[in-house]
Amino acid sequence: MIRHIISILIENESGALSRVAGLFSARGYNIESLTVAPTEDPSLSRMTLVTRGSEDIIEQITKQLNKLIDVVKLIDLAESNHIERELLLIKVKTSPEMREEIRSLSDIFRGKIIDVTPTTYIIEMTGPSEKLDAFVAAIDPDSIIETVRSGPTGISRGEKGLHL
Amino acid sequence: MELNGAQIVVQSLIDEGVEYIFGYPGGAVLHLYDAIFQQDELKHILVRHEQGATHAADGYARATGKPGVVLVTSGPGATNAVTGIATAYLDSIPMVVISGQVSLPVIGSDAFQEVDMIGITRPCVKHNFLVKDVTKLAETIKKAFYVATTGRPGPVVIDIPKDITAPNIKVPYSYPQKVSIRSYNPVLVGHKGQIKKAVDLLLSAKKPIIYSGGGVVLGEASSELIEFTKTLGYPITNTLMGLGSYPATDNQFVGMLGMHGTYEANMAMHESDVIIAIGARFDDRVTGKLDLFCPYAKIIHIDVDPASISKTVRVTIPIVGDVKPVLDQMMELIKENKNKIDGVALAEWWNQIRQWQSVNCLEFDRSSPLIKPQYVIEQLYEVTKGDAYVTSDVGQHQMWVAQYYPFIKPRRWINSGGLGTMGFGLPAAIGVKLAFPDADVACVTGEASIQMCIQELSTALQYKTPVKIINLNNRYMGMVRQWQEFSYESRYSHSYMDTIPEFVKLAEAYGHVGIRITKPEEVRPALEQAFALKDRTVFLDVMTDRTENVYPMIEAGKGHHDMKLRVATGTSTDRELA
Repeated sequence: MIRHIISILIENESGALSRVAGLFSARGYNIESLTVAPTEDPSLSRMTLVTRGSEDIIEQITKQLNKLIDVVKLIDLAESNHIERELLLIKVKTSPEMREEIRSLSDIFRGKIIDVTPTTYIIEMTGPSEKLDAFVAAIDPDSIIETVRSGPTGISRGEKGLHL
Repeated sequence: MELNGAQIVVQSLIDEGVEYIFGYPGGAVLHLYDAIFQQDELKHILVRHEQGATHAADGYARATGKPGVVLVTSGPGATNAVTGIATAYLDSIPMVVISGQVSLPVIGSDAFQEVDMIGITRPCVKHNFLVKDVTKLAETIKKAFYVATTGRPGPVVIDIPKDITAPNIKVPYSYPQKVSIRSYNPVLVGHKGQIKKAVDLLLSAKKPIIYSGGGVVLGEASSELIEFTKTLGYPITNTLMGLGSYPATDNQFVGMLGMHGTYEANMAMHESDVIIAIGARFDDRVTGKLDLFCPYAKIIHIDVDPASISKTVRVTIPIVGDVKPVLDQMMELIKENKNKIDGVALAEWWNQIRQWQSVNCLEFDRSSPLIKPQYVIEQLYEVTKGDAYVTSDVGQHQMWVAQYYPFIKPRRWINSGGLGTMGFGLPAAIGVKLAFPDADVACVTGEASIQMCIQELSTALQYKTPVKIINLNNRYMGMVRQWQEFSYESRYSHSYMDTIPEFVKLAEAYGHVGIRITKPEEVRPALEQAFALKDRTVFLDVMTDRTENVYPMIEAGKGHHDMKLRVATGTSTDRELA
């Protein structure tokens, strides 16, 4: 079961997202995460999908995705050198004695404190998913009020790119 | 020219060349029906249930190669069509289904007769469209036909809200000659390098077999397949969906393969060293247990759909492309290199195959005092001189047609192979008969299947489509009963109905001719009588041997080499059921 990160250019039309999601549930493939937003060309959306499977399954997934009429193009980023980033927003309780410690922990992970109340911080952090995992693990679970993560997005290195 | 939405739909279909539309009216499509009423180019066939509309359109499409067109209303009209849409999807049949939808402003409010047709059909269509702008209507219809008929064909749904077809909103109309979709470009011609490799492998084979399927029918590549097979001199087997694409009477044809295929076809597949799969998709009914499938073979696979390749069986040489041009490409190379074929090995291979054929796996008891269903199909073949269009429902009777009616032309054998939809046969036959009014059209069915769409007998009367219904009446859901006999120690759980109607009276009530026969010697005369009644729909209720099973058979979990053959145990009257 190898992790794959598939980047998809898809028509920015209502229902396109559910075609992708429906394909995964109908054929029993798993989705670890899915992010989607319009691109600089408003007629297109870019979707990043993280999945796991054997080589055969991943081959079927990419073929079945390509078969969807709304899918314009896709690449499996895992096949080449690429960069992945995920966004984390985390809200933590801050007792007076812990405020300094959480701030420095955030600094170590290159996070930014973007909201402050007398009793809470909201920290924004981007990075590979494992880094975000590590940061969350470093914080006392009792002090976490809520976390929200975007799921990874990715882009290939070098001159190659996913475009029309 | 300015037209309203309803007129645009009708005019677009006419400009697309649509002859028949199969449908059923209702609230959301009333504007459309009003537009249909006010013209006479597009002929509407009023069915009695929307499932019948989809199957009739499907039968029309399978027989003609042209897309079938369906019109249903929103809500229950739309959901009733879903079984037929899925049937077409599983067999890759081109179809365009127009469903009415509630008006745009009330979509999502659980309005009267509202269902999310786009959502419901998403997993069983090639694509679907919700039309939200009347100015996009003609273009959307063109796109729907383009998607449905190109590449690997399939059904496309166009969901049209009622207000889009409103009579008072008129917009300029012109039907696009061509349409392109940037994200949809089916590959047609095969990759040259792959084709070269495939031909080299094919010519080096010692025990080759050609395994071809419905893709040859859909791709109109029958004559190419015949030339290819004749040039090579290799044995050929067809899938259920491929029957007729290669003449079954030819001596290179070894019969259908798979669960109820011939012993020789399955043994040849099992022992083969090189298999070329042409427009076939390694369905589980073909392969049997995957681990045991063709253990010695390298496999070449030609398919227009890349996702069909290496889906269940990993192949050696994949070729993505339309069967027809790919076979043409291969033929060029084969002609140049024909001398590479190992004639000695091929002769030995044929010897082996002839030995398997001598098992006579399709032989059955011809001395029985009961009507044997296989005999009925043989007689049907003779009476129609092998030239009928034969539709079927699903079950034992379907397999018997596949085994005992040797089709010699493509598009003559019309059945629901992939989805296995009971109720398909009668409406499909009506669709075929509309397309070919002068041809003999038979619907081979059983007393269980026929009752799933029997209301279409009424449609057959209204549109004067004199089809011949051959009802193999064994008073059982035969295939279910057979599996219960083999796998559940003959516990016949609910595979029997003790209130089977009197079909003769039923046929007469619908305005047709009903004939019931109970003895083998009545079969031939009754069939002759039925086909002689050119302008009448005839319901031939044939009381067959209740105990008959479909042989040979690969049982679940077995491989091709492990077939259950008929064991001669005296006449079947010895066997008591129930």
